[in-house]
Amino acid sequence: MTASQQRIAPGRMMPPLQESSWVRWSLTAFSCSFLILFLFVPLVVVFTEALRKGFGAYWAGITDPTAWSAIKLTVLVVGISVPLNLVFGLAASWAIAKFEFWGKSLLITLIDLPFAVSPVVSGLIFVLLFGIHGWFGKWLDAWGLQVIFAVPGVVLATVFVTFPFVAREVIPLMQEQGTEQEQAALTLGANGWQTFWYVTLPNVRWAVLYGVILCNARAMGEFGAVSVVSGHIRGKTNTIPLHVEILYNEYNFVAAFAVASLLALLALVTLVAKTLVERRIHYSTSLEPTTVES
Amino acid sequence: MVWRLKKHSVLPGFGLTLGFTVFYLSLIVLLPLTALCLKSTSMGWPQFWETVSHPRVWASCRLTFETAATAALINAVGGFIVAWCLVRYDFPLKRIFDAMVDLPFALPTAVSGISLTTIYASSGWIGQWLARWDIKLVYSRWGIIIAMTFIGLPFVVRTLQPALEDLEKENEEAAACLGANRWQTFRFVIWPTIIPALLTGFAMAFARGLGEYGSIVFISGNMPMKTEIASLLIITKLEQHDLAGATAIAVILLVSSFVVLLCINLLQWWSSERVRGVA
Repeated sequence: MTASQQRIAPGRMMPPLQESSWVRWSLTAFSCSFLILFLFVPLVVVFTEALRKGFGAYWAGITDPTAWSAIKLTVLVVGISVPLNLVFGLAASWAIAKFEFWGKSLLITLIDLPFAVSPVVSGLIFVLLFGIHGWFGKWLDAWGLQVIFAVPGVVLATVFVTFPFVAREVIPLMQEQGTEQEQAALTLGANGWQTFWYVTLPNVRWAVLYGVILCNARAMGEFGAVSVVSGHIRGKTNTIPLHVEILYNEYNFVAAFAVASLLALLALVTLVAKTLVERRIHYSTSLEPTTVES
Repeated sequence: MVWRLKKHSVLPGFGLTLGFTVFYLSLIVLLPLTALCLKSTSMGWPQFWETVSHPRVWASCRLTFETAATAALINAVGGFIVAWCLVRYDFPLKRIFDAMVDLPFALPTAVSGISLTTIYASSGWIGQWLARWDIKLVYSRWGIIIAMTFIGLPFVVRTLQPALEDLEKENEEAAACLGANRWQTFRFVIWPTIIPALLTGFAMAFARGLGEYGSIVFISGNMPMKTEIASLLIITKLEQHDLAGATAIAVILLVSSFVVLLCINLLQWWSSERVRGVA
Protein backbone atom coordinates (compact mmCIF):
# COMPACT_ATOMS: atom_id res chain seq x y z
CA MET A 1 0.00 0.00 0.00
CA THR A 2 2.57 2.50 1.08
CA ALA A 3 4.91 1.25 -1.60
CA SER A 4 2.43 1.94 -4.35
CA GLN A 5 1.59 5.33 -2.94
CA GLN A 6 5.24 6.24 -2.88
CA ARG A 7 5.69 4.97 -6.38
CA ILE A 8 3.04 7.34 -7.70
CA ALA A 9 3.46 10.30 -5.41
CA PRO A 10 6.90 11.78 -6.05
CA GLY A 11 7.74 11.37 -9.73
CA ARG A 12 4.54 10.82 -11.68
CA MET A 13 1.32 12.75 -11.61
CA MET A 14 -1.63 10.77 -10.33
CA PRO A 15 -4.08 10.06 -13.16
CA PRO A 16 -6.98 12.50 -13.19
CA LEU A 17 -10.35 11.83 -11.54
CA GLN A 18 -12.21 13.80 -14.19
CA GLU A 19 -12.38 13.38 -17.90
CA SER A 20 -10.27 15.86 -19.81
CA SER A 21 -12.08 19.07 -20.56
CA TRP A 22 -12.54 18.40 -24.29
CA VAL A 23 -14.18 15.05 -23.54
CA ARG A 24 -16.48 16.73 -21.04
CA TRP A 25 -17.23 19.52 -23.43
CA SER A 26 -18.02 17.29 -26.39
CA LEU A 27 -20.15 14.88 -24.34
CA THR A 28 -22.17 17.79 -22.94
CA ALA A 29 -22.53 19.31 -26.38
CA PHE A 30 -23.70 15.96 -27.71
CA SER A 31 -26.31 15.47 -24.98
CA CYS A 32 -27.65 18.99 -25.25
CA SER A 33 -28.03 18.73 -29.00
CA PHE A 34 -29.55 15.24 -28.68
CA LEU A 35 -32.13 16.56 -26.22
CA ILE A 36 -32.82 19.68 -28.24
CA LEU A 37 -33.16 17.75 -31.47
CA PHE A 38 -35.34 14.97 -30.09
CA LEU A 39 -37.34 16.71 -27.37
CA PHE A 40 -37.22 20.46 -27.60
CA VAL A 41 -37.76 20.91 -31.34
CA PRO A 42 -40.89 18.67 -31.45
CA LEU A 43 -42.39 20.66 -28.60
CA VAL A 44 -41.65 24.05 -30.16
CA VAL A 45 -42.93 22.99 -33.57
CA VAL A 46 -46.37 22.27 -32.10
CA PHE A 47 -46.73 25.93 -31.14
CA THR A 48 -45.13 27.46 -34.22
CA GLU A 49 -47.32 25.36 -36.53
CA ALA A 50 -50.40 26.20 -34.51
CA LEU A 51 -49.72 29.92 -34.81
CA ARG A 52 -48.53 29.76 -38.42
CA LYS A 53 -51.61 31.53 -39.75
CA GLY A 54 -51.96 33.90 -36.88
CA PHE A 55 -53.90 33.93 -33.68
CA GLY A 56 -57.32 34.10 -35.35
CA ALA A 57 -56.89 30.76 -37.10
CA TYR A 58 -55.53 29.28 -33.89
CA TRP A 59 -58.53 30.46 -31.93
CA ALA A 60 -60.94 29.21 -34.60
CA GLY A 61 -59.32 25.77 -34.39
CA ILE A 62 -59.79 25.55 -30.64
CA THR A 63 -63.28 26.98 -30.42
CA ASP A 64 -64.68 24.86 -33.23
CA PRO A 65 -67.75 22.98 -31.88
CA THR A 66 -66.29 19.53 -32.62
CA ALA A 67 -63.06 20.49 -30.89
CA TRP A 68 -65.11 21.74 -27.98
CA SER A 69 -67.05 18.49 -27.71
CA ALA A 70 -63.75 16.55 -27.85
CA ILE A 71 -62.47 18.65 -24.96
CA LYS A 72 -65.64 18.00 -22.99
CA LEU A 73 -65.44 14.26 -23.60
CA THR A 74 -61.79 14.19 -22.52
CA VAL A 75 -62.62 16.04 -19.32
CA LEU A 76 -65.44 13.59 -18.65
CA VAL A 77 -63.20 10.58 -19.27
CA VAL A 78 -60.48 12.00 -17.02
CA GLY A 79 -63.09 12.90 -14.40
CA ILE A 80 -64.18 9.27 -14.21
CA SER A 81 -60.94 7.37 -14.68
CA VAL A 82 -58.61 9.36 -12.43
CA PRO A 83 -60.83 9.23 -9.28
CA LEU A 84 -61.50 5.52 -9.85
CA ASN A 85 -57.81 4.73 -10.09
CA LEU A 86 -57.08 7.03 -7.16
CA VAL A 87 -59.48 5.14 -4.90
CA PHE A 88 -58.08 1.86 -6.18
CA GLY A 89 -54.50 3.02 -5.65
CA LEU A 90 -55.18 4.01 -2.04
CA ALA A 91 -57.05 0.79 -1.27
CA ALA A 92 -54.38 -1.36 -2.90
CA SER A 93 -51.51 0.37 -1.16
CA TRP A 94 -53.23 0.11 2.24
CA ALA A 95 -53.75 -3.62 1.75
CA ILE A 96 -50.27 -4.23 0.37
CA ALA A 97 -48.20 -1.91 2.55
CA LYS A 98 -49.85 -2.43 5.92
CA PHE A 99 -50.43 -6.17 5.91
CA GLU A 100 -48.45 -9.34 5.28
CA PHE A 101 -50.35 -11.89 3.27
CA TRP A 102 -49.88 -14.76 0.89
CA GLY A 103 -49.61 -13.84 -2.78
CA LYS A 104 -48.60 -10.24 -2.20
CA SER A 105 -45.82 -10.07 -4.77
CA LEU A 106 -48.09 -11.69 -7.34
CA LEU A 107 -50.66 -8.99 -6.65
CA ILE A 108 -48.06 -6.26 -7.15
CA THR A 109 -47.01 -7.82 -10.47
CA LEU A 110 -50.63 -8.01 -11.61
CA ILE A 111 -51.21 -4.36 -10.77
CA ASP A 112 -48.30 -3.40 -13.03
CA LEU A 113 -49.65 -5.56 -15.83
CA PRO A 114 -51.35 -2.81 -17.87
CA PHE A 115 -47.96 -1.14 -18.37
CA ALA A 116 -46.77 -4.21 -20.25
CA VAL A 117 -49.77 -4.26 -22.57
CA SER A 118 -49.39 -2.11 -25.65
CA PRO A 119 -52.06 0.57 -26.19
CA VAL A 120 -53.70 -1.01 -29.21
CA VAL A 121 -53.92 -4.37 -27.45
CA SER A 122 -55.48 -2.60 -24.45
CA GLY A 123 -58.23 -1.39 -26.74
CA LEU A 124 -58.59 -4.74 -28.45
CA ILE A 125 -59.28 -6.65 -25.24
CA PHE A 126 -62.37 -4.52 -24.61
CA VAL A 127 -63.55 -5.12 -28.16
CA LEU A 128 -63.22 -8.86 -27.46
CA LEU A 129 -65.38 -8.43 -24.35
CA PHE A 130 -68.00 -5.93 -25.39
CA GLY A 131 -67.81 -5.81 -29.19
CA ILE A 132 -70.71 -7.14 -31.23
CA HIS A 133 -68.95 -10.52 -31.60
CA GLY A 134 -67.48 -10.40 -28.10
CA TRP A 135 -68.37 -12.29 -24.91
CA PHE A 136 -71.03 -9.87 -23.71
CA GLY A 137 -71.84 -8.40 -27.12
CA LYS A 138 -75.15 -10.23 -27.67
CA TRP A 139 -76.27 -9.59 -24.13
CA LEU A 140 -75.51 -5.87 -24.34
CA ASP A 141 -77.21 -5.69 -27.69
CA ALA A 142 -80.36 -7.27 -26.26
CA TRP A 143 -80.49 -4.56 -23.64
CA GLY A 144 -79.80 -1.88 -26.21
CA LEU A 145 -76.53 -0.90 -24.58
CA GLN A 146 -73.43 0.05 -26.49
CA VAL A 147 -69.96 0.03 -24.99
CA ILE A 148 -67.66 -0.20 -27.98
CA PHE A 149 -67.78 2.81 -30.32
CA ALA A 150 -69.40 4.72 -27.48
CA VAL A 151 -68.33 6.69 -24.43
CA PRO A 152 -68.27 3.75 -21.94
CA GLY A 153 -65.66 1.99 -24.09
CA VAL A 154 -63.48 5.08 -24.13
CA VAL A 155 -63.74 5.33 -20.34
CA LEU A 156 -62.96 1.63 -19.84
CA ALA A 157 -59.91 1.71 -22.11
CA THR A 158 -58.60 4.82 -20.34
CA VAL A 159 -59.16 3.28 -16.92
CA PHE A 160 -57.20 0.24 -18.08
CA VAL A 161 -54.16 2.12 -19.39
CA THR A 162 -53.96 4.44 -16.37
CA PHE A 163 -54.69 1.65 -13.89
CA PRO A 164 -51.30 1.30 -12.11
CA PHE A 165 -50.22 4.96 -11.92
CA VAL A 166 -51.38 5.94 -8.41
CA ALA A 167 -50.88 2.51 -6.87
CA ARG A 168 -47.28 2.13 -8.01
CA GLU A 169 -46.28 5.55 -6.66
CA VAL A 170 -47.97 5.11 -3.27
CA ILE A 171 -47.21 1.45 -2.48
CA PRO A 172 -43.41 1.77 -2.08
CA LEU A 173 -43.68 4.89 0.09
CA MET A 174 -46.33 3.40 2.36
CA GLN A 175 -44.27 0.22 2.67
CA GLU A 176 -41.27 2.28 3.67
CA GLN A 177 -43.24 4.08 6.37
CA GLY A 178 -44.30 0.93 8.17
CA THR A 179 -47.20 0.66 10.60
CA GLU A 180 -45.92 2.19 13.86
CA GLN A 181 -47.70 5.52 13.45
CA GLU A 182 -50.98 3.82 12.60
CA GLN A 183 -50.66 1.53 15.61
CA ALA A 184 -50.03 4.53 17.82
CA ALA A 185 -53.12 6.27 16.44
CA LEU A 186 -55.25 3.19 17.09
CA THR A 187 -53.91 2.89 20.65
CA LEU A 188 -54.88 6.51 21.22
CA GLY A 189 -58.44 5.63 20.29
CA ALA A 190 -58.72 6.63 16.64
CA ASN A 191 -60.87 4.45 14.46
CA GLY A 192 -59.72 3.01 11.15
CA TRP A 193 -60.94 5.88 8.98
CA GLN A 194 -59.48 8.51 11.29
CA THR A 195 -56.15 6.69 11.27
CA PHE A 196 -56.13 6.59 7.51
CA TRP A 197 -57.36 10.15 7.08
CA TYR A 198 -55.20 11.92 9.68
CA VAL A 199 -52.10 9.73 9.88
CA THR A 200 -51.52 7.70 6.73
CA LEU A 201 -52.79 10.02 4.04
CA PRO A 202 -50.79 13.12 5.12
CA ASN A 203 -47.65 10.98 5.09
CA VAL A 204 -48.11 9.90 1.50
CA ARG A 205 -49.89 12.94 0.11
CA TRP A 206 -47.10 14.00 -2.26
CA ALA A 207 -46.76 10.53 -3.68
CA VAL A 208 -50.53 10.43 -4.19
CA LEU A 209 -50.42 13.77 -5.96
CA TYR A 210 -47.51 12.59 -8.09
CA GLY A 211 -49.46 9.51 -9.13
CA VAL A 212 -52.53 11.59 -9.91
CA ILE A 213 -50.50 13.98 -12.09
CA LEU A 214 -49.07 11.12 -14.15
CA CYS A 215 -52.45 9.39 -14.29
CA ASN A 216 -54.12 12.57 -15.48
CA ALA A 217 -51.55 13.22 -18.20
CA ARG A 218 -51.86 9.72 -19.56
CA ALA A 219 -55.66 9.73 -19.35
CA MET A 220 -55.89 12.97 -21.34
CA GLY A 221 -53.37 11.93 -23.95
CA GLU A 222 -54.13 8.25 -24.47
CA PHE A 223 -54.43 7.56 -28.16
CA GLY A 224 -53.87 3.94 -29.19
CA ALA A 225 -56.29 2.23 -26.83
CA VAL A 226 -58.96 4.87 -27.21
CA SER A 227 -58.69 4.92 -30.99
CA VAL A 228 -59.55 1.20 -31.12
CA VAL A 229 -62.73 1.49 -29.05
CA SER A 230 -64.02 4.95 -29.90
CA GLY A 231 -65.15 4.53 -33.49
CA HIS A 232 -64.13 8.14 -34.22
CA ILE A 233 -67.64 9.56 -34.25
CA ARG A 234 -67.21 13.29 -34.61
CA GLY A 235 -68.68 15.32 -31.79
CA LYS A 236 -69.59 12.15 -29.91
CA THR A 237 -66.79 9.72 -29.17
CA ASN A 238 -63.74 11.76 -30.14
CA THR A 239 -61.30 12.67 -27.42
CA ILE A 240 -58.76 15.48 -27.95
CA PRO A 241 -55.99 13.24 -29.35
CA LEU A 242 -58.42 11.56 -31.74
CA HIS A 243 -59.68 14.93 -32.87
CA VAL A 244 -56.08 15.95 -33.57
CA GLU A 245 -55.65 12.86 -35.72
CA ILE A 246 -58.79 13.56 -37.75
CA LEU A 247 -57.86 17.18 -38.37
CA TYR A 248 -54.33 16.20 -39.37
CA ASN A 249 -55.55 13.53 -41.78
CA GLU A 250 -57.84 16.12 -43.36
CA TYR A 251 -54.77 18.30 -43.99
CA ASN A 252 -56.21 20.89 -41.63
CA PHE A 253 -52.78 21.35 -40.08
CA VAL A 254 -53.31 24.65 -38.30
CA ALA A 255 -56.39 23.40 -36.48
CA ALA A 256 -54.70 20.07 -35.74
CA PHE A 257 -51.71 21.78 -34.18
CA ALA A 258 -53.92 24.31 -32.40
CA VAL A 259 -55.78 21.52 -30.63
CA ALA A 260 -52.50 19.65 -30.14
CA SER A 261 -51.03 22.73 -28.49
CA LEU A 262 -53.59 22.34 -25.70
CA LEU A 263 -52.19 18.88 -25.06
CA ALA A 264 -48.63 20.19 -25.31
CA LEU A 265 -49.47 22.84 -22.72
CA LEU A 266 -50.87 20.10 -20.53
CA ALA A 267 -47.59 18.23 -20.96
CA LEU A 268 -45.61 21.31 -19.91
CA VAL A 269 -47.81 21.84 -16.86
CA THR A 270 -47.40 18.16 -16.04
CA LEU A 271 -43.62 18.43 -16.27
CA VAL A 272 -43.48 21.48 -14.03
CA ALA A 273 -45.88 20.00 -11.47
CA LYS A 274 -43.98 16.72 -11.56
CA THR A 275 -40.65 18.43 -10.94
CA LEU A 276 -42.07 20.45 -8.04
CA VAL A 277 -43.71 17.42 -6.43
CA GLU A 278 -40.57 15.34 -6.91
CA ARG A 279 -38.68 17.98 -4.97
CA ARG A 280 -41.29 17.81 -2.19
CA ILE A 281 -40.98 14.03 -2.05
CA HIS A 282 -37.18 14.26 -1.79
CA TYR A 283 -37.56 16.91 0.87
CA SER A 284 -40.04 14.97 2.98
CA THR A 285 -38.16 11.66 2.73
CA SER A 286 -34.90 13.34 3.70
CA LEU A 287 -36.66 14.77 6.76
CA GLU A 288 -38.32 11.46 7.55
CA PRO A 289 -35.87 9.94 10.09
CA THR A 290 -35.88 12.99 12.36
CA THR A 291 -39.65 13.36 12.38
CA VAL A 292 -40.14 9.67 13.11
CA GLU A 293 -37.62 9.54 15.92
CA SER A 294 -38.53 12.76 17.67
CA MET B 1 -48.25 -25.06 12.46
CA VAL B 2 -51.34 -23.26 11.34
CA TRP B 3 -51.18 -22.15 7.76
CA ARG B 4 -52.60 -18.68 7.44
CA LEU B 5 -53.29 -16.46 4.48
CA LYS B 6 -52.46 -13.35 6.46
CA LYS B 7 -50.25 -12.54 9.41
CA HIS B 8 -52.06 -11.09 12.38
CA SER B 9 -52.22 -7.30 12.50
CA VAL B 10 -54.02 -4.78 14.69
CA LEU B 11 -54.73 -2.46 11.77
CA PRO B 12 -58.29 -2.59 10.42
CA GLY B 13 -59.53 -2.58 6.87
CA PHE B 14 -57.67 -5.54 5.41
CA GLY B 15 -60.76 -7.30 4.14
CA LEU B 16 -62.28 -4.17 2.66
CA THR B 17 -59.18 -2.88 0.89
CA LEU B 18 -57.90 -6.23 -0.36
CA GLY B 19 -61.39 -7.23 -1.42
CA PHE B 20 -61.86 -4.04 -3.37
CA THR B 21 -58.36 -4.28 -4.86
CA VAL B 22 -58.87 -7.83 -6.09
CA PHE B 23 -62.38 -7.08 -7.35
CA TYR B 24 -61.35 -3.98 -9.28
CA LEU B 25 -58.20 -5.65 -10.61
CA SER B 26 -60.20 -8.63 -11.84
CA LEU B 27 -62.84 -6.48 -13.45
CA ILE B 28 -60.57 -4.01 -15.24
CA VAL B 29 -57.42 -5.99 -15.94
CA LEU B 30 -57.79 -9.74 -15.51
CA LEU B 31 -61.17 -10.29 -17.16
CA PRO B 32 -60.27 -8.52 -20.43
CA LEU B 33 -56.86 -10.19 -20.60
CA THR B 34 -58.49 -13.57 -19.99
CA ALA B 35 -60.82 -12.85 -22.88
CA LEU B 36 -57.78 -12.28 -25.08
CA CYS B 37 -56.13 -15.53 -23.97
CA LEU B 38 -59.31 -17.58 -24.41
CA LYS B 39 -59.97 -16.08 -27.81
CA SER B 40 -56.50 -16.99 -28.98
CA THR B 41 -56.67 -20.55 -27.60
CA SER B 42 -60.11 -21.10 -29.10
CA MET B 43 -58.53 -20.31 -32.44
CA GLY B 44 -56.38 -23.40 -32.44
CA TRP B 45 -52.75 -23.73 -33.38
CA PRO B 46 -53.16 -24.25 -37.17
CA GLN B 47 -55.35 -21.19 -37.57
CA PHE B 48 -53.03 -19.13 -35.38
CA TRP B 49 -50.06 -20.20 -37.45
CA GLU B 50 -51.88 -19.52 -40.69
CA THR B 51 -52.63 -15.94 -39.55
CA VAL B 52 -49.16 -15.27 -38.26
CA SER B 53 -47.28 -16.75 -41.19
CA HIS B 54 -49.14 -14.57 -43.67
CA PRO B 55 -46.46 -12.47 -45.40
CA ARG B 56 -48.04 -9.16 -44.43
CA VAL B 57 -48.26 -10.09 -40.75
CA TRP B 58 -44.79 -11.54 -40.82
CA ALA B 59 -43.37 -8.40 -42.46
CA SER B 60 -45.06 -6.09 -39.97
CA CYS B 61 -43.85 -8.08 -36.96
CA ARG B 62 -40.33 -8.21 -38.32
CA LEU B 63 -40.38 -4.48 -39.02
CA THR B 64 -41.67 -3.74 -35.51
CA PHE B 65 -38.98 -5.81 -33.84
CA GLU B 66 -36.16 -4.46 -35.99
CA THR B 67 -37.11 -0.82 -35.62
CA ALA B 68 -37.76 -1.17 -31.88
CA ALA B 69 -34.34 -2.77 -31.44
CA THR B 70 -32.61 -0.08 -33.51
CA ALA B 71 -34.36 2.71 -31.62
CA ALA B 72 -33.54 1.11 -28.27
CA LEU B 73 -29.92 0.86 -29.36
CA ILE B 74 -29.80 4.54 -30.35
CA ASN B 75 -31.38 5.36 -27.00
CA ALA B 76 -28.93 3.18 -25.12
CA VAL B 77 -25.99 5.11 -26.60
CA GLY B 78 -27.54 8.59 -26.63
CA GLY B 79 -29.39 8.11 -23.35
CA PHE B 80 -26.23 6.89 -21.67
CA ILE B 81 -24.30 9.99 -22.66
CA VAL B 82 -27.23 12.23 -21.64
CA ALA B 83 -27.56 10.52 -18.26
CA TRP B 84 -23.80 10.70 -17.75
CA CYS B 85 -23.71 14.43 -18.43
CA LEU B 86 -26.77 15.13 -16.29
CA VAL B 87 -25.26 13.29 -13.32
CA ARG B 88 -21.59 14.17 -13.66
CA TYR B 89 -21.24 17.57 -15.26
CA ASP B 90 -22.56 21.02 -14.65
CA PHE B 91 -23.75 23.08 -17.54
CA PRO B 92 -26.15 25.96 -18.08
CA LEU B 93 -29.87 25.15 -18.00
CA LYS B 94 -29.08 21.68 -16.72
CA ARG B 95 -32.22 21.46 -14.62
CA ILE B 96 -34.41 22.36 -17.54
CA PHE B 97 -32.75 19.72 -19.68
CA ASP B 98 -33.22 17.26 -16.86
CA ALA B 99 -36.92 18.03 -16.58
CA MET B 100 -37.28 17.89 -20.38
CA VAL B 101 -36.22 14.26 -20.43
CA ASP B 102 -39.68 13.29 -19.18
CA LEU B 103 -41.41 15.09 -22.03
CA PRO B 104 -42.15 11.90 -24.03
CA PHE B 105 -43.99 10.56 -20.96
CA ALA B 106 -46.06 13.71 -20.67
CA LEU B 107 -46.65 14.60 -24.30
CA PRO B 108 -49.55 12.63 -25.80
CA THR B 109 -48.28 10.31 -28.51
CA ALA B 110 -50.56 11.75 -31.19
CA VAL B 111 -49.02 15.18 -30.63
CA SER B 112 -45.47 13.90 -30.82
CA GLY B 113 -46.45 11.97 -33.93
CA ILE B 114 -47.73 14.93 -35.94
CA SER B 115 -44.94 17.12 -34.63
CA LEU B 116 -42.14 14.72 -35.58
CA THR B 117 -43.73 14.18 -38.99
CA THR B 118 -43.84 17.93 -39.62
CA ILE B 119 -40.21 18.38 -38.59
CA TYR B 120 -38.81 15.61 -40.74
CA ALA B 121 -41.12 16.10 -43.74
CA SER B 122 -39.35 17.56 -46.77
CA SER B 123 -40.71 21.03 -45.95
CA GLY B 124 -39.98 20.77 -42.23
CA TRP B 125 -37.24 22.31 -40.10
CA ILE B 126 -34.91 19.36 -40.29
CA GLY B 127 -36.39 17.63 -43.30
CA GLN B 128 -35.53 20.43 -45.71
CA TRP B 129 -31.86 20.21 -44.75
CA LEU B 130 -31.86 16.47 -45.21
CA ALA B 131 -33.70 16.85 -48.53
CA ARG B 132 -30.66 18.65 -49.95
CA TRP B 133 -28.70 15.44 -49.61
CA ASP B 134 -31.65 13.40 -50.86
CA ILE B 135 -32.25 11.88 -47.46
CA LYS B 136 -35.87 11.18 -46.73
CA LEU B 137 -36.71 9.98 -43.25
CA VAL B 138 -40.50 10.26 -43.06
CA TYR B 139 -42.71 7.55 -44.53
CA SER B 140 -39.85 5.12 -44.27
CA ARG B 141 -38.43 2.75 -41.72
CA TRP B 142 -36.27 5.60 -40.40
CA GLY B 143 -39.34 7.61 -39.51
CA ILE B 144 -40.54 4.75 -37.33
CA ILE B 145 -37.13 4.60 -35.68
CA ILE B 146 -37.21 8.34 -34.97
CA ALA B 147 -40.62 8.09 -33.31
CA MET B 148 -39.57 5.07 -31.26
CA THR B 149 -36.38 6.83 -30.18
CA PHE B 150 -38.41 9.81 -28.99
CA ILE B 151 -40.76 7.56 -27.03
CA GLY B 152 -38.06 5.39 -25.45
CA LEU B 153 -35.47 7.99 -24.42
CA PRO B 154 -36.73 8.68 -20.87
CA PHE B 155 -36.69 4.98 -20.02
CA VAL B 156 -32.94 4.71 -20.60
CA VAL B 157 -32.04 8.04 -18.96
CA ARG B 158 -34.27 7.56 -15.93
CA THR B 159 -32.98 4.03 -15.26
CA LEU B 160 -29.36 5.06 -15.66
CA GLN B 161 -29.44 8.23 -13.56
CA PRO B 162 -29.88 6.55 -10.14
CA ALA B 163 -27.29 3.92 -11.04
CA LEU B 164 -24.77 6.62 -11.94
CA GLU B 165 -25.58 8.63 -8.82
CA ASP B 166 -25.02 5.57 -6.64
CA LEU B 167 -21.50 5.02 -7.96
CA GLU B 168 -19.01 5.51 -5.17
CA LYS B 169 -16.33 8.02 -5.91
CA GLU B 170 -13.90 6.03 -3.75
CA ASN B 171 -13.76 3.22 -6.30
CA GLU B 172 -12.68 5.64 -9.01
CA GLU B 173 -10.17 7.25 -6.67
CA ALA B 174 -8.76 3.85 -5.84
CA ALA B 175 -8.46 3.02 -9.53
CA ALA B 176 -6.71 6.32 -10.19
CA CYS B 177 -4.35 5.73 -7.27
CA LEU B 178 -3.47 2.37 -8.74
CA GLY B 179 -2.49 4.14 -11.92
CA ALA B 180 -5.52 3.64 -14.13
CA ASN B 181 -6.15 6.35 -16.65
CA ARG B 182 -9.64 7.74 -17.06
CA TRP B 183 -10.61 5.38 -19.85
CA GLN B 184 -9.40 2.34 -17.90
CA THR B 185 -11.32 3.51 -14.83
CA PHE B 186 -14.42 3.84 -16.94
CA ARG B 187 -13.97 0.55 -18.71
CA PHE B 188 -13.08 -1.62 -15.72
CA VAL B 189 -14.65 0.18 -12.74
CA ILE B 190 -17.69 2.17 -13.85
CA TRP B 191 -18.90 0.19 -16.86
CA PRO B 192 -19.32 -3.21 -15.12
CA THR B 193 -21.36 -1.59 -12.35
CA ILE B 194 -23.86 0.16 -14.58
CA ILE B 195 -24.33 -2.55 -17.22
CA PRO B 196 -27.47 -3.99 -15.54
CA ALA B 197 -29.10 -0.56 -15.47
CA LEU B 198 -28.17 0.11 -19.08
CA LEU B 199 -29.57 -3.24 -20.20
CA THR B 200 -32.75 -2.65 -18.17
CA GLY B 201 -33.21 0.74 -19.81
CA PHE B 202 -32.59 -0.79 -23.22
CA ALA B 203 -35.16 -3.51 -22.56
CA MET B 204 -37.76 -1.03 -21.34
CA ALA B 205 -37.27 1.22 -24.35
CA PHE B 206 -37.48 -1.83 -26.61
CA ALA B 207 -40.73 -3.01 -24.99
CA ARG B 208 -42.21 0.44 -25.28
CA GLY B 209 -41.21 0.63 -28.93
CA LEU B 210 -42.85 -2.72 -29.70
CA GLY B 211 -46.24 -1.52 -28.56
CA GLU B 212 -46.03 2.10 -29.62
CA TYR B 213 -48.78 3.24 -31.95
CA GLY B 214 -49.79 6.89 -31.68
CA SER B 215 -46.58 8.59 -32.68
CA ILE B 216 -45.72 6.09 -35.41
CA VAL B 217 -48.88 6.03 -37.54
CA PHE B 218 -48.30 9.59 -38.65
CA ILE B 219 -44.65 9.33 -39.55
CA SER B 220 -44.46 5.82 -40.98
CA GLY B 221 -46.67 6.22 -44.05
CA ASN B 222 -48.32 2.86 -43.26
CA MET B 223 -47.48 1.04 -46.48
CA PRO B 224 -48.31 -2.67 -46.19
CA MET B 225 -45.23 -4.90 -46.26
CA LYS B 226 -42.97 -1.88 -45.97
CA THR B 227 -43.78 0.53 -43.15
CA GLU B 228 -46.76 -1.09 -41.49
CA ILE B 229 -46.13 -1.83 -37.82
CA ALA B 230 -47.81 -4.63 -35.88
CA SER B 231 -50.06 -2.34 -33.81
CA LEU B 232 -51.42 -0.74 -36.94
CA LEU B 233 -52.07 -4.12 -38.52
CA ILE B 234 -54.17 -5.05 -35.47
CA ILE B 235 -56.35 -2.02 -36.12
CA THR B 236 -56.56 -2.78 -39.84
CA LYS B 237 -57.65 -6.34 -39.07
CA LEU B 238 -60.24 -5.05 -36.63
CA GLU B 239 -61.64 -2.71 -39.23
CA GLN B 240 -61.95 -5.69 -41.59
CA HIS B 241 -63.83 -7.52 -38.78
CA ASP B 242 -61.04 -10.09 -38.61
CA LEU B 243 -61.09 -10.50 -34.82
CA ALA B 244 -59.08 -13.73 -34.95
CA GLY B 245 -56.29 -12.15 -36.96
CA ALA B 246 -56.15 -9.12 -34.70
CA THR B 247 -56.04 -11.37 -31.64
CA ALA B 248 -53.20 -13.45 -33.08
CA ILE B 249 -51.00 -10.39 -33.61
CA ALA B 250 -51.99 -9.03 -30.20
CA VAL B 251 -50.87 -12.30 -28.62
CA ILE B 252 -47.47 -12.01 -30.31
CA LEU B 253 -47.07 -8.45 -29.01
CA LEU B 254 -48.27 -9.36 -25.54
CA VAL B 255 -46.06 -12.44 -25.23
CA SER B 256 -42.99 -10.57 -26.43
CA SER B 257 -43.49 -7.72 -23.99
CA PHE B 258 -43.93 -10.28 -21.18
CA VAL B 259 -40.69 -11.93 -22.24
CA VAL B 260 -38.95 -8.55 -22.15
CA LEU B 261 -40.49 -7.87 -18.73
CA LEU B 262 -39.19 -11.22 -17.51
CA CYS B 263 -35.74 -10.34 -18.83
CA ILE B 264 -35.87 -7.04 -16.93
CA ASN B 265 -36.75 -8.87 -13.71
CA LEU B 266 -33.93 -11.35 -14.28
CA LEU B 267 -31.55 -8.45 -14.92
CA GLN B 268 -32.53 -6.80 -11.68
CA TRP B 269 -32.17 -10.07 -9.80
CA TRP B 270 -28.76 -10.57 -11.42
CA SER B 271 -27.53 -7.11 -10.47
CA SER B 272 -28.71 -7.43 -6.85
CA GLU B 273 -27.02 -10.84 -6.67
CA ARG B 274 -23.83 -9.27 -7.97
CA VAL B 275 -23.99 -6.56 -5.34
CA ARG B 276 -24.52 -9.19 -2.66
CA GLY B 277 -21.59 -11.19 -4.04
CA VAL B 278 -19.29 -8.17 -3.76
CA ALA B 279 -20.45 -7.10 -0.31
